[in-house]
Amino acid sequence: MDIPSDLKYTKEHEWVSLDGDIATIGITDYAQGELGDIVFVELPAVGESISQMDSFGTIEAVKAVSDLYAPISGEVTEVNEALEDDPLVINRDPYGDGWMVKVRVSDAGQVEQLLDDTGYREILD
Amino acid sequence: MSEPIRTRFYNYHLDHNAKMVEFAGYVMPIQYKGITTEHLAVRNNVGMFDLSHMGEFEITGKDATAFVQRTTTNNVEQLEPGQIQYSCITLPTGGIVDDMLVYRMEDGYYLVVNAANIEKDFNWLSSQINEDVQLINHSEQTSLLAIQGPNSEQVMSKITDANLADMAYYTWVRAEVAGCEVMFSRTGYTGEDGFEIYIPPECTDQIWKAAMEAGGKHDMELIGLGARDTLRLEMKMALYGNDIDESTTPVEAGLSFIIDFDKDFIGKDVIETQKKEKPKRRLVCLELSDRAIPRHGYAIFDGEEQIGNVTSGSFSPSLQKPIALGYVARKKAKSGSEVSIEIRNKKVPAVVVKPPFYKDASHK
Repeated sequence: MDIPSDLKYTKEHEWVSLDGDIATIGITDYAQGELGDIVFVELPAVGESISQMDSFGTIEAVKAVSDLYAPISGEVTEVNEALEDDPLVINRDPYGDGWMVKVRVSDAGQVEQLLDDTGYREILD
Repeated sequence: MSEPIRTRFYNYHLDHNAKMVEFAGYVMPIQYKGITTEHLAVRNNVGMFDLSHMGEFEITGKDATAFVQRTTTNNVEQLEPGQIQYSCITLPTGGIVDDMLVYRMEDGYYLVVNAANIEKDFNWLSSQINEDVQLINHSEQTSLLAIQGPNSEQVMSKITDANLADMAYYTWVRAEVAGCEVMFSRTGYTGEDGFEIYIPPECTDQIWKAAMEAGGKHDMELIGLGARDTLRLEMKMALYGNDIDESTTPVEAGLSFIIDFDKDFIGKDVIETQKKEKPKRRLVCLELSDRAIPRHGYAIFDGEEQIGNVTSGSFSPSLQKPIALGYVARKKAKSGSEVSIEIRNKKVPAVVVKPPFYKDASHK
């Protein structure tokens, strides 16, 4: 199970990385494995706001559907358009090309409420 | 609930990195490499399934034929030994107790029933015996491997001397497989050509190993219950507990082809009346052009009026779009009818299409 140490995590299996005031958000390796082949992701549009721990989208796998929860609040600045044509990239590269949205965060301090890699690994065990 | 039962292939599944889930009291592989990969392997090549959770009953005795005629909807008198038919067991209400395959033996019948229904079916059938009939449950001692796909005959021919070229679909033989005398049939739940092998406990290891070795030369994949579900759904094959149950009749489910109204059977009055008067609802195939996927239980609408519910839904790996089965009011059951399905508070357009969804299967 790949759990990079430079990311922060939610209990709902999303990850976030913060670069200045821009946060990149995706789902974890564990989440993609549990979901199986992903066929469709419903994401907010650029300019929409998302709120920490509220649902910001939906992910459809062949067998199951799951809500996506925002690890952090902010305004969407970019959506990964490549997922439209090839959602399986999330299965192949959940922490890289499988990223979902970038947001301009309203309160960078919110990351303190998230899990680090050790904390996330603990909830999986 | 008691501890889920492991099939005799359990350790092999773990060896092949299967993700295991509990299903109908058994711990079964839901996927190995992924549903899409496995699904397409069966459509385009060949795959092998462990279906040892399925139930097997043997019915013998002087009155076995009369008994099976009375408790099932299809006509077993049409069967010669070696032939198989799809059928169902119905209640006096016309509801479906289970759907299954009926194998005609020399001296009786062999029923292959759904895992979740083994105990229920056995109790129901036992309660209906009032003549010279012996009903034996072989489920625990019987393992089942299915080899399915357009190249299944090539794999099967490497592990048996039986003459497969002359073996018709929906027939069975008793023959040697990997040095073990077993019963196997040319049947399946995928729409593809394929074989199902009923294996006694002492032969499970040798047949698994031989099949894996033969399959290895053809890039055969192991297939979990996830792909089993998408494969059957693309063929509009009903799944008991989802698409059919005791509250649905075979007429509503589009299974009139397995009902013989020229004989008597339990529930015939209700079912025949429903057939004549036409059912209020029918199980239909639905295709969606949107990407959102309908799931079991989602509501189906005609405008603002709810006219039914989805019973099975998935993304179709072959068609690359969402598909579903569901019951809809008869007025919207014709192919071409436009309806909508409520997915996360949004009404998504869907159209009723002719079965099956997937039209290029090697056996239809």
